Formats: sequence, structure tokens, C-alpha cells
Amino acid sequence: MEQLFTVGEPIQDAKAPAGPLQDQWEARRFGAKLINPANRRKLSVIMVGTGLAGASAAATLGEAGYHVKSFCYQDSPRRAHSIAAQGGINAAKNYRNDGDSIRRLFYDTVKGGDYRSRESNVYRLAEVSSSIIDQCVAQGVPFARDYGGLLDTRSFGGVQVSRTFYARGQTGQQLLLGAYQALERQVNAGTVEVNTRHEMLELIVINGKARGVVVRDLVSGTLETHLADAVVLATGGYSNVYYLSTNAMGCNTSATWRAHRKGALFANPCFTQIHPTCIPVSGEHQSKLTLMSESLRNDGRIWVPVKAGDTRAPGDIPAAERDYYLERQYPAFGNLVPRDVASRAAKNQCDSGHGVGPGGRGVYLDLADAIARLGRDAIEEKYGNLLDMYQKITDEDPYRVPMRIYPAVHYTMGGLWVDYDLESSIPGLFVIGEANYSDHGANRLGASALMQGLADGYFILPNTINDYLAKNPVAAADSSHPEAVKALDTVRGRLERFLSINGSRTVDSFHKELGAIVWEYCGMERNAEGLEHAVGLIRALKEEFWTDVKVTGVNEELNQTLERAGRVGDFFELAELMCIDALHRAESCGSHFRTESQTDDGEALRDDAEFAYVAAWEFTGEDSPPRLRKENLEYHNVELAQRSYK
Amino acid sequence: MNITVRIWRQHDRAAAGRMVSYGVDGISPDMSFLEMLDVLNDQLTAVGDDPVAFDHDCREGICGMCSLVINGIAHGPEALTTTCQLYMRHFNDGDTIDVEPWRSQAFPILRDLVVDRSAMDRIIQAGGYISAPTGSAPDAAATLVPKKDADRAFDAAVCIGCGACIAACPNGSGMLFTGAKANHLGVLPQGQTERHERALAMVNQHDAEGFGGCTQIGECTAVCPVGIPLDMISFLNADVLSALPRKQD
Amino acid sequence: MSISQMRHAPRFASTLAKSHRMLACWLGRAYGWHMGTGQLRSVRSTAVRSSVMLHAAMAVTGLIMILFLLAHMYGNLKVFEGQQGFDGYAAYLREIGQPLLPHAGALWILRVILLASVLLHIFSAFVLWHRSRHATAGKGGWRYETTRNRRGVQRSYASFTMRWGGVVIGLFVIYHLLHLSVNAIAPGGASASPYQRMVNGFEIWWVVLSYVIALIALGFHLRHGIWSAFASLGANKSVAGRRFLNQLATIVALLILVGFLVPPLVIFAGWVS
Repeated sequence: MEQLFTVGEPIQDAKAPAGPLQDQWEARRFGAKLINPANRRKLSVIMVGTGLAGASAAATLGEAGYHVKSFCYQDSPRRAHSIAAQGGINAAKNYRNDGDSIRRLFYDTVKGGDYRSRESNVYRLAEVSSSIIDQCVAQGVPFARDYGGLLDTRSFGGVQVSRTFYARGQTGQQLLLGAYQALERQVNAGTVEVNTRHEMLELIVINGKARGVVVRDLVSGTLETHLADAVVLATGGYSNVYYLSTNAMGCNTSATWRAHRKGALFANPCFTQIHPTCIPVSGEHQSKLTLMSESLRNDGRIWVPVKAGDTRAPGDIPAAERDYYLERQYPAFGNLVPRDVASRAAKNQCDSGHGVGPGGRGVYLDLADAIARLGRDAIEEKYGNLLDMYQKITDEDPYRVPMRIYPAVHYTMGGLWVDYDLESSIPGLFVIGEANYSDHGANRLGASALMQGLADGYFILPNTINDYLAKNPVAAADSSHPEAVKALDTVRGRLERFLSINGSRTVDSFHKELGAIVWEYCGMERNAEGLEHAVGLIRALKEEFWTDVKVTGVNEELNQTLERAGRVGDFFELAELMCIDALHRAESCGSHFRTESQTDDGEALRDDAEFAYVAAWEFTGEDSPPRLRKENLEYHNVELAQRSYK
Repeated sequence: MNITVRIWRQHDRAAAGRMVSYGVDGISPDMSFLEMLDVLNDQLTAVGDDPVAFDHDCREGICGMCSLVINGIAHGPEALTTTCQLYMRHFNDGDTIDVEPWRSQAFPILRDLVVDRSAMDRIIQAGGYISAPTGSAPDAAATLVPKKDADRAFDAAVCIGCGACIAACPNGSGMLFTGAKANHLGVLPQGQTERHERALAMVNQHDAEGFGGCTQIGECTAVCPVGIPLDMISFLNADVLSALPRKQD
Repeated sequence: MSISQMRHAPRFASTLAKSHRMLACWLGRAYGWHMGTGQLRSVRSTAVRSSVMLHAAMAVTGLIMILFLLAHMYGNLKVFEGQQGFDGYAAYLREIGQPLLPHAGALWILRVILLASVLLHIFSAFVLWHRSRHATAGKGGWRYETTRNRRGVQRSYASFTMRWGGVVIGLFVIYHLLHLSVNAIAPGGASASPYQRMVNGFEIWWVVLSYVIALIALGFHLRHGIWSAFASLGANKSVAGRRFLNQLATIVALLILVGFLVPPLVIFAGWVS
């Protein structure tokens, strides 16, 4: 097989100050240059995406006085997919007096990420976590409260303290509405301008600095160039490369991939999280998978029939013939093991014939014991909306029949490489939230995505971007700048190409086929042979896509097929890089399970000597192999250990 | 299942529209309504027709992007259900289903079933927030919130902003949406300071967008996919009436 | 966007829309409908013109009229005391407050309040009607192409006949005043005695029928009007509150309906003459 990648010079984060972990963030903030409030309004920032990270950052930068241009493909900023997050948000408040602390949250996150994240970033995340809860409460986020009026918390997978704040099963919705309202307040104040139904299709780089974006007005098809002093991407993850995922239909990688092609390094693309508790696939027609919050594992017990191929109704299977396999295999954490462990355990049960439901791809999540212990009302209070949703989708009553669940792609730890300032390898291009790779290593703990998105948006980016803006004054440029014109032409050429192919297959059929390949070979378990095979399959399919896809209509109209074609086109390139990344990382860690690298009892086996680094990939051209740039990870505060949840 | 859909087709904002019938075959009862439209769009694309444009995103009932008036009912026949969570098992083989966009003078049709709902964002811009700039917050536990107030705020805050209330209202009123936000923020201690000015500003914007007034028919709450109760409107009315005689806070 | 762009409008609807536009011009001048100019106004002076305030005005005036109706109904029932009792009561109404007030002074105060209430009620109704027609391209609940579920999911007959019911009641009130108050039309024969006018009128079947129809329209109007008046004034605080207000509305509407129906029916049946 031809060489799939080359190895380049290592990279290092140069922004985290030296010194003890707990002093770094303060030192960095002190070291960062500030900008006089009067000068801020002369500076403009482009913010792509309006999820937790994008909306909170846009609002905060607007409050600080910058001029912010915000973009989202949805018809309102409030619809970004952060809204679908269910379970909760972590914070090291220690309101429960159960031994929680910044250091413990830091430690849990590094350990949960299987030691593939940067200590400095994770510590800072834990440090600001408490302020997020304060901020959200002040905005009116209606977190769950107990009868004394105090904030309630619950525990989540992979930790033994109760530090997850929640708003029934709709925490993401409530946090996003808080950020959205703060954003709209700034729109009213005139500091932020929101452009809805606009999709970023290209990054504009002038003299090596990110200066703007090309966006398509999704209603009229008009291509617009927008220039500013800095660009921030808050465009979320790329789970939709799998076609079937818990992401919204429109979630895509285009913004981050276009930036990658312009020089931003893409880090750890193979670290994709498979969430253990989703509603199983019901048929060919399925367009998306629906998550059942992991919080259900607090009260639900996961089991399969002891006998393989048992087709009895769950109620007919006596307790003795049920295998509560997580409780059996991991007595210390039981049903609350981290997501990657729970997912793979479910897959193993199904592979060995113990799966339930159509096609045998499912395991039971049973609330019966919790209902008997706490009463139906208490369960309804905690999970009512989730259980209603389950019933709507499956037509089964989860209060009476155990739910069937199966893992599904949910979150991507990988993303654009950023330094401690959240700045990518292109100066002036900042990446926040799920779109960057930063804090979760090889596996994200439950309720940490919301924490990271809001930490980046409210507290981190607004304290680092000023340093860049202060040190990098740029000459004004407008849409007539040659680089802007070139970027616009690239976009126009690509759109025209889609429209001129006029082949025989729909965009969705390609997307489904691509997703099936990536799921099969770069899903819950990977191996070298399969990944090499997958690269070949992806390339062949990509070739077919560019010669046989059918995109109807024209550019100058609301054309949803054209939108999807552009997104799927970028997914092809990303999928290939994911497989190459997974192939080169010949160890198992966190969500990345290589069958060649496992312990005797089938747990992930890390290889810290070889792979304790972040794999940041450099784009080197359309037909030339990507270049691997390693950022070595050093641990001074955490001892690297084999994760054990037993 | 084989069904016929009659769908509103309109090329753009300025074009005239009309209902067009399409047959869709091989529908599984486990498909969602939007997946049925996906199948239709595949059919249309195969023969070179323009697929039907419709708004959708999360497909799990929370983002509020999907709309559609199905057989005259916003979000279709099932109570407490968004269109994306409506399954074909609720229809019968051989049915003819009428599908139309939200219709409101404040929601111009952009194409087919896609409408512009930015009027709702502008109502939030006018005052649907608590002014709490980042960094200014006291400790989260500093203010106790009685559970009943927190629950009431939550019941209002679950509004997904889809606009079904407006699509269903015989008066084209947006008061349920506006009232839900005024309630969410108005019952929390953090939201008291701006409570009255918020109510006035939001109601003024609501009217300026061209939404009708509320005659308490209750059609909005009946189609609301998250069951926002009608008393949200009365709460807002009370806030507006008590705000008027006050001097600006 | 014009109405025809929103969907093909049948001709009658566009004619209706045209008349609405003319009405809009008039109302716009009279009541500052055009909110575009409202941006110059302060938040409060804009809010005074808001739909919320107009509904509050309708609610207050409506409740005043209901109080009047209850008193009126009580007076009507005096018919069972015979001519002397009834006419005596009519005369007494003119003597209330004397000598502090001149003859019929209290009655005139009441009439002015009532007239103002009626005018404000009707005026608000027209502005709100116009706004809701504008919001729905002139078609209200019938703006969808489909003919299915035209009555929505849970709309009551009372709730969607408020406006036309109001018109019917308005026309009836004019007829009623001409008939029994100013004595301008006198089916069955004029008389100086209110009792006699009433008996003369209600011995004729079509007079009774017209009253019955109007009272049924009033009943529906009150059934929804009473509940929504309280809701417009902010009294609907909970699901239980909504239920209570609806029950109250049903009871009061039935009370008024029955109370007003009894005298004409009894007269028609010949039990009073």
C-alpha cells in the first residue's frame, strides 16, 4: 500500500505559562495584552456557530465592546445542536461536600480521557467550571432545585462524586437559551450582528492571518465575503460523518475542514465518542439516532438475557436468567462506567448473541427497580421528557417494558488543534467548543461537553483573544482583496461543479454509504487491516461521488440538496483522515479501541511510550498524503495509569 | 404503506404557490413524518424534480426547527409532538395527507414549507433576557429559589420556539411564545428587576411584528409540542397591566 | 407580502381584505395602528396601544356590561309582580339618588357609563379584529388550504363566534332600544307603560323569536367573554384557575340567558298578560 501519511516536525503549545498548574491561568491572563474599551469597538470578530460556545463567546465579546458578526446555518441561533444535550453540566462546586474539588474534576477528566489531553487546558477547565454555574443561574437558567431552594446535582458516568447540575432532561436546551438570550441582548445593544441561514464555506487568510469567511446565504444563494480582525469557529463536531449519529441533520465539518485545508492542523480525528444509551436503529429509512441521556444509568440497570438468542419478552425472563453485565464486570462503577467502556461492553454482548430486539442489536436499560424504589412520580420528574420521547419513537412504554438501547456516535473529541489560547495553527483563527480537540483527550466524560463549550465561550476565549488582537493590528481589507476574491471563486467553482455533475445518485445515498463504511471500520472497534481497506473504499466512493452525484436546482435559490452536497463532499475528505489517524495510532485508548491492543480481559491497552501525543495533521494538498505533527503530552501532576473502573 | 401527500409548493418569497399531490410508496410505520418526506425527495430527485424544501434539524423534538401544518393541525394530529417526532404509524395506508407551511403574515414563506421566523428572535431581542454580563454573577447558591418557582420557570422555559402557537392561532397571535419567556424570567428572583420593562418591551415588539392579539381561544396550547399552558399569557397580561402605571424601573 | 402572494385568495376574500384595508386606514388614524411610527413613542405610550391593553379595555367594559345585564335581568323579573310592580320599578329607577341628583340623574350617569363602555368595547374589538385579520392575511383560522380540522383542535363554538356574535348583539341592542326604551317602533302597539310595551311585544311570535336568537348569541358571547375577560386581566394563573374561570363563565352565561328568556317566554305562553 502506498504511503498514507508523512511525519513532520513536532509542535508544542507555546502559550501555557510555566509554573504550577493552579497558577497558569492567572499568569496567562495577566500576561495577555489588554485593549482599551474605547478601542474595542473598532475591532471586529467573526463568530461562526451559535451553540453554547459560539453564542456565549459572541455575547461576551459583545459585552466587552467588540463588534461581533455571528453566523449560523439554522433559522435562529437558538436552534444550534447544543440544545439537544440532555444530562447536565459538571462543575467543581462541591455543594454536596462529597470530596469534590477543582483538582478532582481535573483528575477525573484527564483519567476519563485516557491520558490523551493537555494538563494545562483541563486544569483551567476545572477551574472555571464553578463560574459557569454562577453565570447561568444569574441569566435565569432554571436548574433543578431541591425543596430548600438549593441547586440539585446528580452523578454521571466515570466519576464517584455528584457534581452534575441539570435542568430535568433538557440541560443543554436551558443553557443554550441562556446564552442565546445573552446573545440577543447584545444584538439589541448593537454590538453583535447575527446572520441566520448563512453557512460558512471558506476561510479567508491574508498574509498568514485568518481574516474572514465566505458564507452562502442559504435563502438566496448569494455568496458573501465578510472580513474582520479575527475569526472564531464554534461549529461543533463531525459525528455526522457516520450519517447515523445523534447530531442534528445539519451538523457538519465544512467550517473546520475548510480551515484545515487552509493550514489549520486537525488533531486526533479518530477520537469519536460512541454513546452507550441511544435508541437502536429500527430500519433502513432511519435518518438519525436519538440519545437517551446517560443520566438514566443512575437509576436504570443494564442487562441482557443470560442465554444467547433468548427471544422471550423481557418481563418473562426471571431475574436469575438476566446478566447485569456492567455490574458484574465493573463492580466499583457498575452501570456508571465511562461511555467508551459501556459502549464496547454492549457491543460485545450483542456480538456474542445476547442482544435483544430487532436484529439483536440492543441491550435492556431497565428502570423497574428504580420505579419500585422511588415511585413512578420521582422517575417521571427526573426523566419524564426522555421517556416520553422513547415512547414516541418506539411505541413502547418504558415505565412498563425495559428500554432497548444501543451505542451510537455522539461526540467527537477530535477537532482543530488549538494552543492554550484556543488559537489554531493559523494566527487569528480561534476554535472553541466541540470544534476544537482540546480538553477531552480520547474520551469525554458525561456532562463535560456543556462545561467545555461554556468555559471556552464565556471565560477563556474572551480572555485570550484580546492578546492576539492587541499584538496583531491588521490593515483594513474588504471583499475586493485578492485573497477574498480567490476564496469566493473557490467556493463558486465548487458549487458550480456540484450542479454540473448531474449524475444518477442522491447526495443522501452517498452519505449513507460513507457512514456505513466509517461505522464498520472506524467505529467502536478498529484494526489495521480494516482501516486500510476503509481508506480504499472511501476513495473509490469519493471518486464516484464527484462523478455521479445528482444535485438539482441552481445556486441562486434555497437549495437544500446543494447545501448537503457541500457538507458530504467535506465529510469524504475527513473520513479518510480519520481512518489514517486511527490506523497510525496502533494503541487502544479511550474511545479508540484497536483490537490489536487489548488486555487479557478485553480492556483497552494504552501504549504511553509510543503514543502519548496529540496527533495533529497538516493538509499538504489534494492528492498528497497528510503530514503528522506530534504534540507530545507531558504529565507532571497526574500519574499515568491503566484506567480501571472495576 | 402507500400514501398521497398534497404539499404546498412555492419557489420563493415572491412566487405564487399551490398545493401539489405526490404519491409516496413503501412507507414503513416506523418512519418519522420527515423520513417519509426524505423518501419523497429521493423520488423527486431521481426524476429531476426539485425536492420539497422543509425545515428540520435535530429530529428529536428539541431544536424547534421543524414545522409543517399537517391536515390543518400544526405539528400534526398527535398531541405534545413535534413533526419530527410524529411517526407514520399514526396514519393509514391509502391516506391523503395535506402538508402546508406555518401561515402568518409575520412568517413570510421562503420556499415550499420553509418560513422566516426571525420575528420571534426580535421579540427576544426586545427584552427576553436577564441582563447578566459575563463575570458579574454572584455565587449560584447565593439566592435560594423556591422549588415551585424553579419548576414554574422551567415549565415556561421548555418552549422550543417553533412557532406552532402562531401557526394555529385564529388571530395569528404570538402571545403564548411571548408569555412563556416573560414567565420563565419573571418568576425567578434573578429576573425581577427587569420584569416589568421586559413585559412591556416584548409585548410592544410582538405587536410591531404584526402578530394578532390573544382572545384566549387556547388553540396555541393545544398544538404546543411541549405543552406550554395558556396561563402564561395571563401572566404576561398581568405584568403589562401592572407595569403601565409604574415609572420606568 | 400581499395576500395574493401568500396563497390564491378567492375573490370574496380579497374584497373582504380591501374593506379591511380601508378600515385599517381609518382605524390607523384613529388609534395609531401603524407601529412603525410607534418607535418614536416611549415604551409606555406604545404599550397603551398594545393588543394586551385593548383586550384589557374590552375585558373591563365587558364586565361593566355584565353587571348591567345582571341588574337589568333582575328588573325584568319584576314582570311577575304585575303591571304596578314593574312600572313602579321603572319609575323608581328614575328616582334613585333624588334629591341629590336630578330626576333620572342616576340613570343618565349609568347610561353614559354604559354608552362609553359599549363604544370602547366595539372600538377595541374593531382594532383587534383588524390586527388579527392582518396577521392572518385576512382569513383567520381558515388560512390553510386544507379543509380538514377547520375548527382546530379544541376551539369552542363560543370562542370563534365572538366577533360575529358581537355584531349580532350590537344590532339587537339597537332594535331593543328602539322597541322598549325609546318606544320608536312598537310591535303589538305603543304604550306609555313599560309593562304594557313588553307584554304587547312579546305576544308576537317573531318578536319573541328575535329575542331568543339574540339571547342565545349573547349566551355564547358571555360564555367565552367572561372567561377571557378575566384571563385578559391576568386572573388565569394556573390550570385550576383556568378551570374555575371557565366554570364561572358558564354559570353566569346560563344565569343571564335563562333570566332574560323567562319573561318573554312566559308572556308568549300567556301566563302573564
